[in-house]
Amino acid sequence: MNDILAAFGLVLEPYTLFVILLSAIFGLFVGAVPGLTATMATALLVPVTFFMPPVPAIASIVTATAMAIFSGDIPGALMRIPGTPASAAYTDESYMMTKNGHAETVLGADLVFSVIGGIFGTVVLVTAAPSLAEVALKFSSFEYFWLVLLGLACAVIVSMGDTLKGVVSLLGGLLVSAIGLDNPAGYPRFTFGSIELLGSVGLIPMMIGMFAVSEILRYAVSTDEHAEVFRAQIGNVFRGMWGLCKRYPWSILRGSALGTAIGALPGAGADIAAWMSYAMSKKFSRTPEKFGTGHVEGIVEAGAANNSALAGAWIPALVFGIPGDSITAIVIGVLYIKGMNPGPTIFINNPSSIYAVFIVFFLANLLMIPLGWACIKAGRRILDVPRNILMPIILLFCVVGAFAINNTIFAVTVILVFGVVAYFMEENGYPIAPAILGVILGAMLEENFVSSMIKADGRFLGFFERPIAGVLGVVTILVWGWPLVKWLRSRPRAAAPA
Amino acid sequence: MKLNDAVVGAFLIALAAAILVHIQSYPLIPGQNYGAALFPGVIAVGFALTGIVLVVRGLRQRSPLVSVSPWLRSPRLTANFLAICAVLVFYILAADALGFLLAGAICLLALFLKFGVPPGRAVVIAVVATLLIHTLFYKLLRVPLPWGVLERFAW
Repeated sequence: MNDILAAFGLVLEPYTLFVILLSAIFGLFVGAVPGLTATMATALLVPVTFFMPPVPAIASIVTATAMAIFSGDIPGALMRIPGTPASAAYTDESYMMTKNGHAETVLGADLVFSVIGGIFGTVVLVTAAPSLAEVALKFSSFEYFWLVLLGLACAVIVSMGDTLKGVVSLLGGLLVSAIGLDNPAGYPRFTFGSIELLGSVGLIPMMIGMFAVSEILRYAVSTDEHAEVFRAQIGNVFRGMWGLCKRYPWSILRGSALGTAIGALPGAGADIAAWMSYAMSKKFSRTPEKFGTGHVEGIVEAGAANNSALAGAWIPALVFGIPGDSITAIVIGVLYIKGMNPGPTIFINNPSSIYAVFIVFFLANLLMIPLGWACIKAGRRILDVPRNILMPIILLFCVVGAFAINNTIFAVTVILVFGVVAYFMEENGYPIAPAILGVILGAMLEENFVSSMIKADGRFLGFFERPIAGVLGVVTILVWGWPLVKWLRSRPRAAAPA
Repeated sequence: MKLNDAVVGAFLIALAAAILVHIQSYPLIPGQNYGAALFPGVIAVGFALTGIVLVVRGLRQRSPLVSVSPWLRSPRLTANFLAICAVLVFYILAADALGFLLAGAICLLALFLKFGVPPGRAVVIAVVATLLIHTLFYKLLRVPLPWGVLERFAW
């Protein structure tokens, strides 16, 4: 109880509240400008949070991402361009509604159901994370080894598209994680005599490269520059929302629950959650034929899903140190910097900070109602911001932000290299998420493997001898084996017509 | 630029071979019969296996080895892409000598002009934005951005 009171104290400090307000505005802006994503917002925030106490630092990321995932819906409805990838699933539907004269309803639904989804995900996070941590306290290196391997498998399977390319991307990430001195043997690997590489490439500059610089490169080569912004007076966006709540209670619940679950799966975040719940909504709808003609049902469900995924992703991140999406991948780095090392003991060592993070989640989602409303009102003006001025400034911001982490110019080389690599990976259909997960979990995988091998005296069977480890091990092997089985079974049929 | 799976696969196989050769000299962990080479070795085997599958798949597809994406056919867009890379390289090479204020402003100005911002406005925004970023990071967040040739005027 004292911890909860202390947590309220931490959040309600004027400094923290000020940070939350500023990050909210920043998040709304980044989300609403096409080409700037919620992950990019997080990567750009890290250098700034570097200089804050832990709670405001985390609060700024929580708030900015929640706002960005909502405001990404606005350009979808007004110009048929998603503001963030998480809104892409229902961009066409939203724009159709706007064209049919329902701009208020679609923007209102975006806002209201983002809030509801976000709060649902937060409730699950608050209840599930501490109880999961109780279980995780009993985990040893064996369980962690399997858990990491399972997380990596998830990242490959849920990343949409080609599984094989997902595996290649994952291996690339693991290779990057092997660079440097930080391994169980304490031997400098792949450093080629460079002093900078002894400390590996640095997670934050790498993320800035992969999520911000690559996005700027994408802008630089995009052919569609001037999309028209829908010019309409937007009235009261909250009108009719209560009616929607009563009409689609199951959609809201299903979207929020699926979103939270997808968020909690390593490697899948808000964007995949939105695609899946939009498809799910259509499947279960009583009027599936209306989808695609400007029908609000799928927007309600997917709009709730992408915001609930944000909170869901924090569950594995806090409890196991395994990120649920690319945003929490960055957050884990921040937690380490702030001395709040993720893992089950965080709930014992730092209870008030963790409760404070939970409170910020609720606060951010509630704050979304007035600020989101203001953002919709200002929507057109934000969309008119010239991107040929914005993008170079963001690039310089990336440069300084990467430099600020270790004060070395080497970090700028890292953002350039990884920006270009990420750009070409995406262009060739190699998903980014597995690579990120590989970089973050590589060290954890190797460490837990080596300490398990030492404990088990080199016997591989030791990995199955503890009950939870045994179950996790079998599940992991099944999950990794599944694509292979599917591939082998599909071969005869695929070969026949050729 | 889209590469045929076979090209990527061949690259991965070569990479795997290079890794395997490189890690031969890595030491063992004392008392164990494996060491620093194990983890990169497993990754290399993974690269080799996925590389082989990609080569097989790529050869079956019969698509060109390299297909040029639309933006590479447009000199303007290709130049945009290269401009961003060039600006970063310029910053890496020149930041310490010129200092952040000069190098940063030059980077911004170059990109503004490349992206079609009118020259007068480009100069003003480049200077103001660089000063703002400098104030935020150098003054408020105490990041030691280099002064370079402006050392004498440091504030």
